[in-house]
Amino acid sequence: MLSRTADHLFWMMRYLERAETTARLLEVGARSALMPDVSGGYRNDWEAVLQASGGYEDFLSKYGETKQRNIETFLFFDESNPSSVLSCIAAARENARVVRTALTSAAWDALNTAYQELRGMQRMERSTLSISDLSEWTMRACFLVRGAVSATQLRNDGYNFMGVGTSIERADNTARLLDVKYFVLLPSLSYVGSGLDQSQWITLLQAMSADRSVNWSYTGELTSSKIADFLILNRQFPRSLLSAVQWTNDHLDEIARIYGHATQAQAAARSLLGELAELRVDDIFDEGLHEFLNRFMYRNGEVAQRVQDCYLRGIPA
Amino acid sequence: MSQTGQSFFNEMLNGSDVRAAYRSLERWHRDMPDELRSLKQHEAEQLFRRVGITFAVYGEGGDPERLIPFDMFPRVFTHEEWRKLDRGIRQRAAALNAFLADVYDRGEIIRAGRIPEHLVTNNEAYEKAAVGFRPPKGVYSHIVGVDLVRTGPDQFYVLEDNCRTPSGVSYMLQNREIMMRMFPQLFLENRIAPVDGYPRLLRKTLASVAPQKCDGEPTVVILTPGQFNSAYYEHSFLADLMGVELVEGKDLFVEGDFCYMRTTEGPRKVDVIYRRVDDAFIDPLCFRPDSMLGVPGLMSVYRSGGVSICSAPGAGVADDKAIYVYVPEMIRFYLGEAPILENVPTWQCANPDDCKYVLENLHELVVKEVHGSGGYGMLVGPKADKSSIEAFAAKIRAKPQNYIAQPTLALSATPTFVDEGIAPRHVDLRPYCLVGDSIELVPGGLTRVALNEGSLVVNSSQGGGVKDTWVLAE
Repeated sequence: MLSRTADHLFWMMRYLERAETTARLLEVGARSALMPDVSGGYRNDWEAVLQASGGYEDFLSKYGETKQRNIETFLFFDESNPSSVLSCIAAARENARVVRTALTSAAWDALNTAYQELRGMQRMERSTLSISDLSEWTMRACFLVRGAVSATQLRNDGYNFMGVGTSIERADNTARLLDVKYFVLLPSLSYVGSGLDQSQWITLLQAMSADRSVNWSYTGELTSSKIADFLILNRQFPRSLLSAVQWTNDHLDEIARIYGHATQAQAAARSLLGELAELRVDDIFDEGLHEFLNRFMYRNGEVAQRVQDCYLRGIPA
Repeated sequence: MSQTGQSFFNEMLNGSDVRAAYRSLERWHRDMPDELRSLKQHEAEQLFRRVGITFAVYGEGGDPERLIPFDMFPRVFTHEEWRKLDRGIRQRAAALNAFLADVYDRGEIIRAGRIPEHLVTNNEAYEKAAVGFRPPKGVYSHIVGVDLVRTGPDQFYVLEDNCRTPSGVSYMLQNREIMMRMFPQLFLENRIAPVDGYPRLLRKTLASVAPQKCDGEPTVVILTPGQFNSAYYEHSFLADLMGVELVEGKDLFVEGDFCYMRTTEGPRKVDVIYRRVDDAFIDPLCFRPDSMLGVPGLMSVYRSGGVSICSAPGAGVADDKAIYVYVPEMIRFYLGEAPILENVPTWQCANPDDCKYVLENLHELVVKEVHGSGGYGMLVGPKADKSSIEAFAAKIRAKPQNYIAQPTLALSATPTFVDEGIAPRHVDLRPYCLVGDSIELVPGGLTRVALNEGSLVVNSSQGGGVKDTWVLAE
């Protein structure tokens, strides 16, 4: 297929995943603002949320104060913020619109409908839209598009480039979400315990739709290392770093099979997978969770770069 | 009946009787409750918007993705009416291609004194880089859009020819799809010739003009200026229906004797390019050095038979408004036949006698720019006020060779939904004739309708809409 077509499919799915992550971040911030803080008053994680979304400086220069309403606007509707839900859905749709021929009408329809609905919401009275409604709507819209893709797209190279886009972005986004709250999971607080601390990681798990599934996966008291293990190394949890990297590998292997040969993209993905598969959670804490997450995001970005170089530029590698 | 200050032919009526071809539609609209009608109209709009059939209008503010208004009342041609149009259109497409092959070769028609040389060789659309190269099968214009208007039961006129990249065929196809989906019963009551074979015929036509150096199944692509082009939807729609890649200039490159596209598996040779870009944007080395849209070196690959370009560079010289006057002459000269379809009588302002007549009668003429399109830069005399007529007269005096004039035709009207029910609105017709190793024409075309009462301008940029166009089967 045309390199440009593959490129648009890849980025369509990356933006879709990013929209979902921004909505999840918004949910994290809104929930934690409802929690009393140990030092009195209420907690304020908005700064961390904005930093994770990569737009903290832009936000400060545009709005100044970290007031919740401003942050809602910034993260959801602001078209000058490239990570806002609206920007991401619009970018996903724009990528899709250019390659309509490579998408089934069901997939296009799901994405285009989401975009039209979002434009409609933009015109609604803001007080009628709660943060939870907004983030739930976003997740549902993303599920619909991925569902339509999964149910109707031919399992060809294009489908696998879409898959690589989703899994690379997801790996990056899970690492980013984790990094917002990495300090909650530091070993010094080895017993997560009860009370106010507990609510911190519950919020994080909830934002990843994992607050119940974590209980199905581990027995006994929840510890920070169990939670870190779940979000990073659990093969059953679909948003864990290992799961996401595994999927990147699966889709790239499928592309290599379809084309009859592998490239440096497969090599890079395999080496990252190999490293993760060997890791134990203690190793991660030894390295430092924050340091590990940053190193992971860099390596994951390298895989994305290889995919660009080997397939999306149209020059034989 | 008289809204334009003159009478016109209503295609549904014969005197006060409803013509046989329209009887079931007349019943259909009479029996349709108002609520159902607005429901269906809404449904149609949703369908258009959901599949993304919009045309882009950038730089004018407002929603950049607009819908062309769709009128649900179909326009009907009987089999007999169509038979004549069909023969006339094929004849015209053949003559236009013969003319192009001639003027880029020996120019017999000029030597014979039937067309003045300067009209051809001084024409902006005349492509010197195309002289002396004969494209595969001698075809230059592979998709000929012949714009027709009707003034009476048996009177049709060709308004203009479009030999480069006529657009709008996606509406012909989608209007039909939507009508079949919304009103299946109508298709059981009337035997309507299908148009959905068009994409397959287009692909066959393009494949039939593959260059000689192509062995095996030719790779066909559509070349688009990109997503910001107003017809981008149509480009991607046709690519999808034909199962070919939709490429932009940056997806193509030239190496050695061939043109390649950049794919995920490396370069892949391209044999036939259905280009939806203007000549000036094909190859920056040959035409416009500042073009970001073209493919450097493409023209030399084309001229050495490594790739086919459809329509061929230079095809535009045949659809120029100054050349238009000579198409009946071409039919006689190349085919030895009498023209089946008539031209609209035309005065050429380049000719002093004609110019004098035009300036004296501006209030009842339609004046067009020779190179204009889209309904811009034209004067509709009977609708214009005194000051705009005077302003236009000054423009004609300054550059008479830029203008032609035609009588204001009493365009036919067909029933069209309006707030109060139905009312006659003026229409034209663009069928799409395909020319490859054979000449193909699907029974139908795009009917454009001037939705504003009394208006004669059907362009979508100026209040025009579209309709499904039926040709009844034998």
